[in-house]
Amino acid sequence: MGKYIFRRLVISIITIWLIATCSFFLLHMLPGNPFATDQILSQDMIDQLMDYYGLNEPLWKQYLTFMGNLLHGDFGTSYKYAGQSVNGIIAQKFPISAQLGLQAYLLSLPLGILFGIIAARKRGKAIDYGLVAFAVLGVSVPVFIVAALLQYVFAIKLQWFPVAQWKSFSYTILPTLTLAIGSIAGRTRTMRTLMLEVISEDYVKTAKAKGLSSAQIVWSHQIRNAIIPMIPNLGLEIVSILMGSFVVEQIFAIPGIGAYFVNSVTGLDYTMTLGLTVFFGVFVVGANFIIDLIYGLVDPRIRVVK
Amino acid sequence: MKKQPATVSAAPQAATAITASDFQFIPREEKAADTVVRPSVSYWADVFRRIRQDKVAMISLGIIVIISLMAIFAPFFCPYDYATNNLSAINQPPSAEHWFGTDQLGRDLWARVWVGARVSLLIGLGGAIAPQIVGIFLGGISGYFGGWVDMFIMRVIDVGLCIPELVYVTLMMLLMGSGPMAIIATIAMVGWMGSARFIRGRILQFKNREFVLAAKAQGASPMRQIFRYILPNILGQQVVTITAAIPGAIFMEAYLSFIGLGIKSPMTSWGQLSQIGSSVFRTSPYQLWIPGALISVTILAFYLFGNSLRDALDPHLRD
Repeated sequence: MGKYIFRRLVISIITIWLIATCSFFLLHMLPGNPFATDQILSQDMIDQLMDYYGLNEPLWKQYLTFMGNLLHGDFGTSYKYAGQSVNGIIAQKFPISAQLGLQAYLLSLPLGILFGIIAARKRGKAIDYGLVAFAVLGVSVPVFIVAALLQYVFAIKLQWFPVAQWKSFSYTILPTLTLAIGSIAGRTRTMRTLMLEVISEDYVKTAKAKGLSSAQIVWSHQIRNAIIPMIPNLGLEIVSILMGSFVVEQIFAIPGIGAYFVNSVTGLDYTMTLGLTVFFGVFVVGANFIIDLIYGLVDPRIRVVK
Repeated sequence: MKKQPATVSAAPQAATAITASDFQFIPREEKAADTVVRPSVSYWADVFRRIRQDKVAMISLGIIVIISLMAIFAPFFCPYDYATNNLSAINQPPSAEHWFGTDQLGRDLWARVWVGARVSLLIGLGGAIAPQIVGIFLGGISGYFGGWVDMFIMRVIDVGLCIPELVYVTLMMLLMGSGPMAIIATIAMVGWMGSARFIRGRILQFKNREFVLAAKAQGASPMRQIFRYILPNILGQQVVTITAAIPGAIFMEAYLSFIGLGIKSPMTSWGQLSQIGSSVFRTSPYQLWIPGALISVTILAFYLFGNSLRDALDPHLRD
């Protein structure tokens, strides 16, 4: 187990270093500079700004400064939002995105698994067809259409929840639902397939032959085995929820980090793009690392093979 | 050997003794067992037959064909240009004049929706095929040659898969700007690793099989062995993978354009139309519903067709 953890840790660190390095050099290869879009600035002022932010230094020196700061957890200062540090913006905005993502994740995880189990247990019955139809529709309809539908029905027509913004818990319900529906649908489908595979396994027949009650068989023989292959997907799920949350934030006017990311990419705000890219990178790599550990704990075969 | 059972079974019926004249010599050519009664059905003919019997698949395919034909031909027969503004006719709901209405700048949405369909479908197809091409090539090399080449490619993939998709998206957008090609390149950057791993596994499985060894013994080059002898065996699964990847690519374009990193105006796509539509959703909901419905129907059709195709190609994979 120790060797397995060490191996995953090394890969994770290399990945983060690669993300930072590739992003840094690619960003600095790009034509133009972050101040060229502001037409009010004269050439002198641009030069001064370039000097101030150290952009006239040789590239390797900038890289070393960047990496040095990064090791201290400092992402630098934004060029566009004058005076604001990238760390400050992350500290201020990321909790909002994280809350949205976490709520959606916590809602979709048990529901998707539950739906999958129900569909597999009631295979061929009306409830199975209903859940499969929901799963197929849920993965075919884009997030923004789901959002618009929910807004239209629950906020505009029924007026149960506010249409947009992010002020109290009731504001978070529609965005969370929007974000969760896609992953509930995906997980229902996966869980159903996995359960159906497990149901015909020999050890399930053995359990039945031993005279175990059907609840015992489902709980300790079928579900436990069906869930294992889902664990590595949990990391991917975090990424897709992250991507989805950008869209949802935009639709529901939620002051999360998504808008900053998009604006920094389109506005050549190097430090901001770099900082956020590395931050998301660390976040996702870290999440995957933890999930790999859980996977190794749950299924001993993994750590032996790798 | 062959005579013995006959005499044994005939023994109880002593009355009718069996003589040599009861047996007749049949020349080899006339033996009926060797003639093929029904015409032999090739693998692809069987797949085609299964697909044709599948109603869901045929309806899905019909929808895909109709939408593709509309994307190709509708803009030619439309009196309006997709990029021409008409500020005297902004945000008009669907009417006889503008079938799908007009947008904030008075551009005809019928024209824009079908031009957008071209972009979205192009990205769907390109985004499904491009990663496969890279994956087949690198996975093939990796699996066939093994050794340090294999080691190197696999380590690159190990690390590459850990990097979040968003990072690739950002880097490609910055490097190539925003356009259909940049989006396809992004999808290829993300997708090739999975397909390379898969192909490598299959190559390893096949490269020591007799028919490949026979080809090798006759002097076939490594590339010929891979492409002529091994790949046809995994073609079926690749077709399924490609079909299954089309909706993903269309989705990707829609998301990127929606958050503002994808296709830029005046060029258009379904994702970008949805983004503009959602900003005026309260006053002109049709601007979101129309592209949104088209994306949903197209993805649903590809998805269901992909499922049927998978069932037809490999009955073992049915769920």
